[in-house]
Amino acid sequence: MQSKPIALKVLDVLSIIVLGISTYLALVFAPKELVMGDVQRVFYFHIGTAWTALIGFILAAVFSVVYLITKNLKWDRLQVAAIEVSLVFFLITIALGSIWARPAWNTWWTWDPRLTTAAVTELIYIAYFMLRQGIDEPEKRARFGAVYALVGGISAPITFFAIRLFRTIHPVVISGSNAAAQGSFNMTPDMLTTFFFALFTFTVIFIDLFWNRIRLGDLQERVEQLKLKVTM
Amino acid sequence: MFFQEATPDTSGYMIAGYAVAFIVMALYVASLYIRSRNLTQDMTMLEEMDKPAPPVKVQQPKKSPAKSTGNKSAKPVTKKSRKK
Repeated sequence: MQSKPIALKVLDVLSIIVLGISTYLALVFAPKELVMGDVQRVFYFHIGTAWTALIGFILAAVFSVVYLITKNLKWDRLQVAAIEVSLVFFLITIALGSIWARPAWNTWWTWDPRLTTAAVTELIYIAYFMLRQGIDEPEKRARFGAVYALVGGISAPITFFAIRLFRTIHPVVISGSNAAAQGSFNMTPDMLTTFFFALFTFTVIFIDLFWNRIRLGDLQERVEQLKLKVTM
Repeated sequence: MFFQEATPDTSGYMIAGYAVAFIVMALYVASLYIRSRNLTQDMTMLEEMDKPAPPVKVQQPKKSPAKSTGNKSAKPVTKKSRKK
């Protein structure tokens, strides 16, 4: 494998540093929420991972369109990288939400519109990898994957707007109020600082992992080509 | 204020949440590293296989000095020649 570019090495280190700072801000700097207590602190990572994951799914849909137009497998590799990293981040979002819900709603899980759409989105993208595993021919796999990711991309905005469109118990902390919501809170300036820093942190980590995953995809491609050359 | 309940102790859930987040991220980074290492090993092996094989030198068996007569025109000894 080619050695890592310096920019990526810097990004690796920066990701670790900002993750450390963000953890400090969330656990120490941000004040304790008086109604829910310390569990509210998972909110910063919950939103940070959700934000980047949903952006990643939409990016993957954009890469799918570009692949279907250009038929260049490079865009397929970008799409796979975006979906894989987003899938991991969205898993963290769902897990953190479930852990927060236990003391806040007195249940780990409920089939609320937001939770349901989030679970469906996660399952859609798990199925995406199962679909790809089942197809051997690279062009066919890329074409099917692109169409699937394009259709699956619709689930991301639906998940985002679920709490704004439907009556739900999931709180709308940013720019919204919902009478049925349980667990809402108003953010103090220190909470806002922590929140925006967490968004920045997970954006940096997403870019870093995305870049690393693209390089892995490129390496995989070269190995596949070399295998074909050797066996022929 | 008199009716407000004390803030509940939910720090256990907070710790569980952050532990899950860090473990999942660490597992993903480890998976990226392991896959990358395995592919690099495959690449090295395939590149070795892809290299053109070097020409094989066939060593001629040396004639033992005891059997050599020094006369190049001498015919080999056969059953016919012995009878003669």
